[in-house]
Amino acid sequence: MNESEFVLVLASIFLQASPLMIAVAGEALTERAGVVNLSLDGSMLMSAMTGFVVAYTTDNIWLGFLAAALVGAFFALIVAFGSIYLKQSQVAIGFVLTLLGDDLSAFLGQNFVRLPGPSFSKFTIPLLSEIPILGPIFFDQNVIFYFAVILALVTYWWLFRTQPGLHLRASGERPDAAFARGVNVNRVRYLYTVLGGALVGIAGASYSLAIKIGWSDGHTRGFGWIALAIVIFGGWSPIRGAVGAVLFGATKAMATYLQRAFPEVSVVAFNSIPWILMIAVLLVVGSDFTERFTAILPKPLQGPVRQLLRVAPPMALGNTFGEDP
Amino acid sequence: MSRSSWLERIWPLVPVVAALLFVVFLLLGFGAEPGTALSAIIDGAFGSTDKVLSVTAFWIPLLLASIGLMVTFTAGLWNIGIEGQLAMGAIGASAVALNVNAPPYILIPLEILAAMAAGALWAAIGGVLKTRGKVHEIFSGLALTNLAIILTNYLISGPWQPPEGGSFRGTAPFQDAALFPRLLESRFSPLTLILTLIALAVVAVMLSNTFWGLKLKALGKNPKSAFLLGVSSERETIYAMMFCGALAGLGGAVRVLSWFDSLRQSISGGIGFLALLVVMLAAYRLLWVPFIAFFFSAVLNGSITLQLRTQLHSSLGGILTGVLVLFVLLFGEYKKLGFRREPPETPAEVSHE
Repeated sequence: MNESEFVLVLASIFLQASPLMIAVAGEALTERAGVVNLSLDGSMLMSAMTGFVVAYTTDNIWLGFLAAALVGAFFALIVAFGSIYLKQSQVAIGFVLTLLGDDLSAFLGQNFVRLPGPSFSKFTIPLLSEIPILGPIFFDQNVIFYFAVILALVTYWWLFRTQPGLHLRASGERPDAAFARGVNVNRVRYLYTVLGGALVGIAGASYSLAIKIGWSDGHTRGFGWIALAIVIFGGWSPIRGAVGAVLFGATKAMATYLQRAFPEVSVVAFNSIPWILMIAVLLVVGSDFTERFTAILPKPLQGPVRQLLRVAPPMALGNTFGEDP
Repeated sequence: MSRSSWLERIWPLVPVVAALLFVVFLLLGFGAEPGTALSAIIDGAFGSTDKVLSVTAFWIPLLLASIGLMVTFTAGLWNIGIEGQLAMGAIGASAVALNVNAPPYILIPLEILAAMAAGALWAAIGGVLKTRGKVHEIFSGLALTNLAIILTNYLISGPWQPPEGGSFRGTAPFQDAALFPRLLESRFSPLTLILTLIALAVVAVMLSNTFWGLKLKALGKNPKSAFLLGVSSERETIYAMMFCGALAGLGGAVRVLSWFDSLRQSISGGIGFLALLVVMLAAYRLLWVPFIAFFFSAVLNGSITLQLRTQLHSSLGGILTGVLVLFVLLFGEYKKLGFRREPPETPAEVSHE
């Protein structure tokens, strides 16, 4: 692999990771507020289909993204309504929506399968793209990539550096305390579930309109679940989640490369990598491995590293909050 | 007051009607005649003896998986990996069918044992990952399902490919002695029905009349206090997963030895995921499970005829079942919808606290 090929591979890794980064940022907002939107796989399929169909029929890519965001927000609203108002199991509703989104997208999109459609193209940032190596990787990219990076930074800033972000996290960590301090917990949860869902919708559309252009049955199947796992791996932080999405993309790219280098090894070995990785990563996150790892580090490093690797879920994640004022 | 109680009584029908309306509007949106489409589904499910037998043959593994899920749900587990447990059962049965030469009365029990063991083992991995590794069963289950599907595809395109060459579609048909005896050249084997009824009876007794059933209920209702009362959550979790995996594995054997005659691509066919919907719609009541599973089987088989006749995508069946479960979850309980407010607490009561 020569240098320019290497740069191309890196650029494609960041591009492939972009929709996952967007979905992870959205779901991190939702889960930080205390709601699990498990419907990601289905709502991404629905929004990928809707985004493509709307962009194709109106020939307007922005309308496609808008429609996809609305679909994602609507799926999330069902989860929020079912869990907050009806106090039903979030997992049950999310899982049913996952299956339903899969079938519904296949049915609704049946006349739009494998059609050439509009898509987002590259946007070269002047000057910055001239930088050797870094330029072509980061500044000669698809618009979706810039959006994903900015989104990860903005959601991180919103979560950890602003007052509304504090209220959002409080609603997910200690809803009773937040309520006592005057935060309308359930309104916060509705808001960020729907907002997170809209971002998941944009993530779905960025597959069908930028990364894997077009529509077919099960077009994005699996990516929703991977995004959910990356949220955990990323410790419910949009930036660490973005890193996780890139690592995931890198592993997949490496698998593709290895497959070409060693054609005699069965394709099975490479197809199974994402799923084995998913289990392995969640095992590491769930075990006391990080504790043991930080313990062998020099004393002054232990605090910051532990902070960096901390992976405790929001304490009230998945619990309903009954205030009944 | 009387109006409200009248509404309350017919309320369970509301989500069902709403789900049907949803599908009717969907059909109208696609310019299809809803009457024609629905009659195609019904005809596809019950139009002939052969079709009824097909619905029954599809129902058997769905019911086995659903019965298994009753055990894991009772223990508070989301066994989404059941889809992969079915596939592993199919692989286990196929391994025996392809490699052992014996008369049917030895071969078939061996196949069943291998299928149940493979399903249970695959489920046990999920159980151990949960109890020892703190990996939620939803994620491990999903990963294990995909791994099982990848393994199936590897086997049929690699070591188990038919002698005339790999086709990616399936293995060569198994020897006759390896297949379950089937009724009237159909896909239905009465033997599988007997096995399923036994499983149903065992689980019914186990859940309501045994100490183990009680332990699982305690675990599902409140894992912390169950632990304090001496229920080993680790052991019961793994056993519950294995129990469910064994039944799903048996379902996988039914798929290869009665529905098909070989190991095929996507052998589990979404049956495991569908079983999760069955049990949710049954609201975790075992008695309802066989009927709902049969209804789902009819809808799904019928929508294949729908696709053949009207060119509409067969996912319509899945939409009907999915919407039905969603609406029942959301609107099924009249009381939760808050039409009738509970009388507010009197201020005096509050001040006593």
